[in-house]
Amino acid sequence: MIKPEKQLTIPTPTAKGPQFKMPVKLKDRRRVTIYLTLLVLAYLTMVTLPTMLPDHLNLKTASLTFLQNIQIMFFHPGLSNTTFVQLIQALLESILLAFLTTLIGSVIAFVLALVSFRQLVPAWVGLAIQSFMALIRAIPNVLWVLIYSVVFGLGANAAVIGLTFHSVAYLTKVYTDSMEELEPDAIETMRAMGLKNGPIIRQALVPNFIPSYLSWTFIRFEINFADAVAVGAAAGAGGIGYQLFMASSFYFNFHEVGVIVYLILVFAILLEIASYHLRKRVMGNQ
Amino acid sequence: MTPKALTISQFFFKKRLHLTLLVLILGLAYVVSSIGLGFQTTALFHAQDGLIWLLHNFIPNAESMRYWQDIGHQLVRTFLIAVTSTTCAAVISLFLAALGANTLSLNNAVTWFIRGFSSLMRNIPIVAWAMILLFSFKQNDLTGFLALFFMTMGFLTRAFMETIEDFGMDKIEALQATGANYLQVIFQGLLPEIAAALLSWVLYMIENNVRDATLVGLLTGTGIGFIFDLYFKGMRYGAAGLVVLAVIILVVGVEVISNLIGRLIE
Repeated sequence: MIKPEKQLTIPTPTAKGPQFKMPVKLKDRRRVTIYLTLLVLAYLTMVTLPTMLPDHLNLKTASLTFLQNIQIMFFHPGLSNTTFVQLIQALLESILLAFLTTLIGSVIAFVLALVSFRQLVPAWVGLAIQSFMALIRAIPNVLWVLIYSVVFGLGANAAVIGLTFHSVAYLTKVYTDSMEELEPDAIETMRAMGLKNGPIIRQALVPNFIPSYLSWTFIRFEINFADAVAVGAAAGAGGIGYQLFMASSFYFNFHEVGVIVYLILVFAILLEIASYHLRKRVMGNQ
Repeated sequence: MTPKALTISQFFFKKRLHLTLLVLILGLAYVVSSIGLGFQTTALFHAQDGLIWLLHNFIPNAESMRYWQDIGHQLVRTFLIAVTSTTCAAVISLFLAALGANTLSLNNAVTWFIRGFSSLMRNIPIVAWAMILLFSFKQNDLTGFLALFFMTMGFLTRAFMETIEDFGMDKIEALQATGANYLQVIFQGLLPEIAAALLSWVLYMIENNVRDATLVGLLTGTGIGFIFDLYFKGMRYGAAGLVVLAVIILVVGVEVISNLIGRLIE
């Protein structure tokens, strides 16, 4: 009988019974960060929530009137101080405001994004532009419009210029981020072929960038519409937001608020659907 | 039969034609909407006037330093309300998203209901929320909290639903095949894996709410927005400048912290 030189032995494990110890990895940076963040957030919430209840407010009656008003708004919309045509005009004004600020913003932001594109310019230029944009975004939109309504006087000029600031700052950031998705190798290859910056931008950067350009610009249009409504109310910049402000805090007419909210809702939801389909198509092409 | 081929010059002619048409259409739209709004393009070239005015008037002087305590107090309140409204909304949104996500849901009707509800919540302008709430809850922090809460809930429900749907059907089916029930799938499989993504949405919303809190404050007469309005309309520009400075510090601070956490949980 031939025996193998080395005999195979299969170790049979002995059963140890069920193990109840779970391996806890304390050095897991990701897990620790998540737990710590959640803990801090939960603590802040627990501390703040009780202090929020005001002393002289009957929560029950307040909630009841709130529900009543919601009911009036959504189930009994009606007009008394303005006409439907006026409201449509105001809505159109807000849409135009959003369109103009998006258009101006996207043109300026495109130029700024090219200027701060890391692979074509020195790093400090990009850093300087991005920091300046972060500073602009740190000042809330309403404050920009309020500041310009003092400088230019209340009106379309102040609204457009004030809203354009955030538009430019936001778009510059997202444009630069999506431009940076282009492989650095591709640009190096083109450099090696003897191409200058101009053709590189026109032939490689821009065609590659168009899909994300479209979807980001459209997303900004959505945001700008919401901002146009908000600023119209808070800074008196006109449009449907101003009508909303008048109806709710001047006439206290919740029937009218209902009509205005419905108008805004219809347009906002249409935008959302359009944006969803645009993004799906753009992603499908890639 | 020969296929219709474009010559090179035709190709470039067509390309240029398209570009020219696009620029023309956009230019025309610009002109029409400028006229419609009453916007003068020359104002664009005076944009620097605002920045100069800002630097000239808004530099906090020694006199405005005595407002520092008020501003600091309101700043902390604003931050806390932004955080609290986000966390409270996140808890409810997570619940709604788990019920409504396509991959988990037992019922199509529930999915559509939650989708519609979240769309309604986030598309009702925050101005409307603030105004309706102001009428019943009066001028206090709770009003601002609720306005931010409703809007955040709408945004987070959609974001969470999409995150859960991106998790995919396969893993859920695999877990179910091992005999895991609905809750076990969620708590043992889903949540640990998507926790980082959910947390980054929450952090993003906190950032956003800190910004929006100023707007809500302006409308409802609370917090940092209210004192800005007070100083600004009272022509106390130095103090208003101090408020702007405080807001900048808060927003940039929150952004830096959230970026840091984002990098740690990547």
